[in-house]
Amino acid sequence: MTTTTIAPSVGEATEPRKTIIVRGWQDHLFRALARSGGTLVLTLMGLVGLFLIIRGSSAINVAGWSFLTTQAWDPNSHHFGIAAVLSGTIIIAVIAIVIAVPMALGTSTYISEYAPLALRRFLIGTVDLMAAIPSVVYGLWGFFFLDEAIVPIAQWISTNFGWIPIFAVPGFDPNDPLASTTIFTSSALVAGVVVSMMVAPISASVMREVFAQAPIGEREGALALGSTRWGMIRTVVYPYGLGGIIGGIMLGLGRALGETIGVYLVISQVFTINIHILHSGTNSISSLIALRYGEANPFETSALMAAGLVLFIITMAINFGASIISGRSRSGATAEG
Amino acid sequence: MSETTMTTDREFSEAAVPAPRTSGRTFLPIRQPEATPQPARSIGHLRREDIFRVLGAAAAGIALTAWLFTQVAPFSGVLPFIVLSYIFFVAFYAILVRFDDTLVGVKDKLATVLFNSIAVVLLVALVDIVVFTVIKGFPAIVHLNFWTQDLTKGGPLDPLTVGGMLHAVVGTLIMISIALAIAIPLGLLCAVFLAEFPGPFSRVVRTVVEAMTALPSIVCGLFIFATWILLLGNPTSGLAAAFSITIMILPIIIRSADVVLRLVPGNLKEASFGLGASHWRTVVHVLLPSSRAGLMTAIILGTARGIGETSPILLTAGYTTFYNFNPFSGPMTSLPLATFLLVKQPSDTQIARGFGAAVVLMVLVFVLFLSARILGGKGAGQLSGSGLRRARATSMRMSARVSRRPVVAPSDGGPYAVPQAESGQR
Repeated sequence: MTTTTIAPSVGEATEPRKTIIVRGWQDHLFRALARSGGTLVLTLMGLVGLFLIIRGSSAINVAGWSFLTTQAWDPNSHHFGIAAVLSGTIIIAVIAIVIAVPMALGTSTYISEYAPLALRRFLIGTVDLMAAIPSVVYGLWGFFFLDEAIVPIAQWISTNFGWIPIFAVPGFDPNDPLASTTIFTSSALVAGVVVSMMVAPISASVMREVFAQAPIGEREGALALGSTRWGMIRTVVYPYGLGGIIGGIMLGLGRALGETIGVYLVISQVFTINIHILHSGTNSISSLIALRYGEANPFETSALMAAGLVLFIITMAINFGASIISGRSRSGATAEG
Repeated sequence: MSETTMTTDREFSEAAVPAPRTSGRTFLPIRQPEATPQPARSIGHLRREDIFRVLGAAAAGIALTAWLFTQVAPFSGVLPFIVLSYIFFVAFYAILVRFDDTLVGVKDKLATVLFNSIAVVLLVALVDIVVFTVIKGFPAIVHLNFWTQDLTKGGPLDPLTVGGMLHAVVGTLIMISIALAIAIPLGLLCAVFLAEFPGPFSRVVRTVVEAMTALPSIVCGLFIFATWILLLGNPTSGLAAAFSITIMILPIIIRSADVVLRLVPGNLKEASFGLGASHWRTVVHVLLPSSRAGLMTAIILGTARGIGETSPILLTAGYTTFYNFNPFSGPMTSLPLATFLLVKQPSDTQIARGFGAAVVLMVLVFVLFLSARILGGKGAGQLSGSGLRRARATSMRMSARVSRRPVVAPSDGGPYAVPQAESGQR
């Protein structure tokens, strides 16, 4: 960029100087190229969003408000809704987050504050690698290992805490020793634990990065004032990293809501709202799409798009909420070098 | 001190208190001859009490739980035993610490124990997931044919010595290559646009891209399925799967590349502009090289995500058991899809093959990740050993070139005139 300055004469020195930027043709070409790249991406992404909205809303228009309250999924008789799948999606995601957040918070705190220096690099690598492990691997673990391993635990919880509605398992009699335990498999809890294992390293990696940036001066200040290590973490590291903690949770929540294969492998799909998280059978929007996409009726595809659209909107709202929150906190502040 | 201040100083002191003259002399504190340097104290060492406390609390917790399980309550099972022992252990530990520490100290010790155990639990669980997959896939992956053959001959009843996963590896690599061939240039161009041309339009683009990172992967597959396959009538193919992966990873790559580009220190770019470089030269020679490592990480993490995702491929690629090198026609499979479909079959050999495919996939991701750690992971301006040597060598060369230049006496144009030889030298 060549900047030519028109030198002011002495009399008009109070006027701001005019700068004229002379650009070569290479710069013009570069600007045009970059702008067209941005436009192309915008068009592409906008097209996906618009297509989703148009096709989805046509199906929602047919179903009307009952789209949100119907539990069955039978688009051909125009009797369909997302009440069952949406509730299942949210229940699974909430279970996953409830398990994953303490795990992620604890692990990231351990790595950034407690781990010996030699171990720290190794642990950072391990957690980051775990965040990149494909979700199908977690699904395999859930389907072949956890589904059986969780039965005695679920049985114990439902026997002792069955008076809490979500832990109740209708049709299970704890006093009957011959009762079939298959009622405890393929439940929302199994799916939630699988997703939590998937989400925890992702959240932990985000949180760890923010904790490591907590200003060293404030840490030393707290310690010099006689604080214990835990006191320092509570008063310096966590307040500083609050944005990162929330961002990590939100990122994990977004992944948990959209997860397909890990959930699809372990659950048995039912089209009723099932709030008993230990009882077999649940559903999620992405599993519904994976199950039903093959029935290539255009209207059914539109109905699936509508379900996908709802999922997309929820995830988007969570993402934007996260970016607003982490934008306001100190964690995101970076210095210009 | 100048003459005038000296004068005022003297006047001031004479006018006010009759203090001793202090100007011009500094008194050093007298050192205590007996003060010897103390040896540095280690503050991080482990005390004997710490170890005894942990061991004692653990022994007491396990013993109490064992007594409860065998003598008192109708508990059973390994997991309740562990959980109950742990709870008792924490309680005993708190009591032991309380004997000779304040409440603040007890809290600190408990937090240490808690964080240590949470980290151990999560890492053990994660390692367990990987080890479980490897163990279940072990019967398949030990045979060499698993890595070198396709699955045409490997039916559910055939032994594991027949058939392999190479067709899925080929399919995975073809799909991800096509996806990256579209996503890398477009993504980097868009990221440069977002970082270098701020304005209302780029703000719109950034918002839309950020929104699209929330698009669930299965919806990407559903979009391609509804448009490319149903609307335009194309068959399921590797190309369709590559398109759905592109839509999925494009926003991810753009977003992380945008963050990396905006972290490039502004004074580097200003220096480039100040030396008279044009905008595109600044981008090509300053912006992109100084953020190369971060961009590489962004791309490789996007790649790892694209390779591991099953759901968009499930909808768009079809499934085969044979080699298909042509992404434009015929179904194609990928490793996660093969894993997913094989383990759902009611046959032990197929399930073992599915786990084997998952192991191959993990190896692929691991290699990618390792290369990301080697290539990336450093901020702008932080050079590795060899990079530093290279930069030094370049700098020496430059300085030698400058010193070889003929010294040109300033011409008549004044002291700051441009030397006439300048244009000829470049």
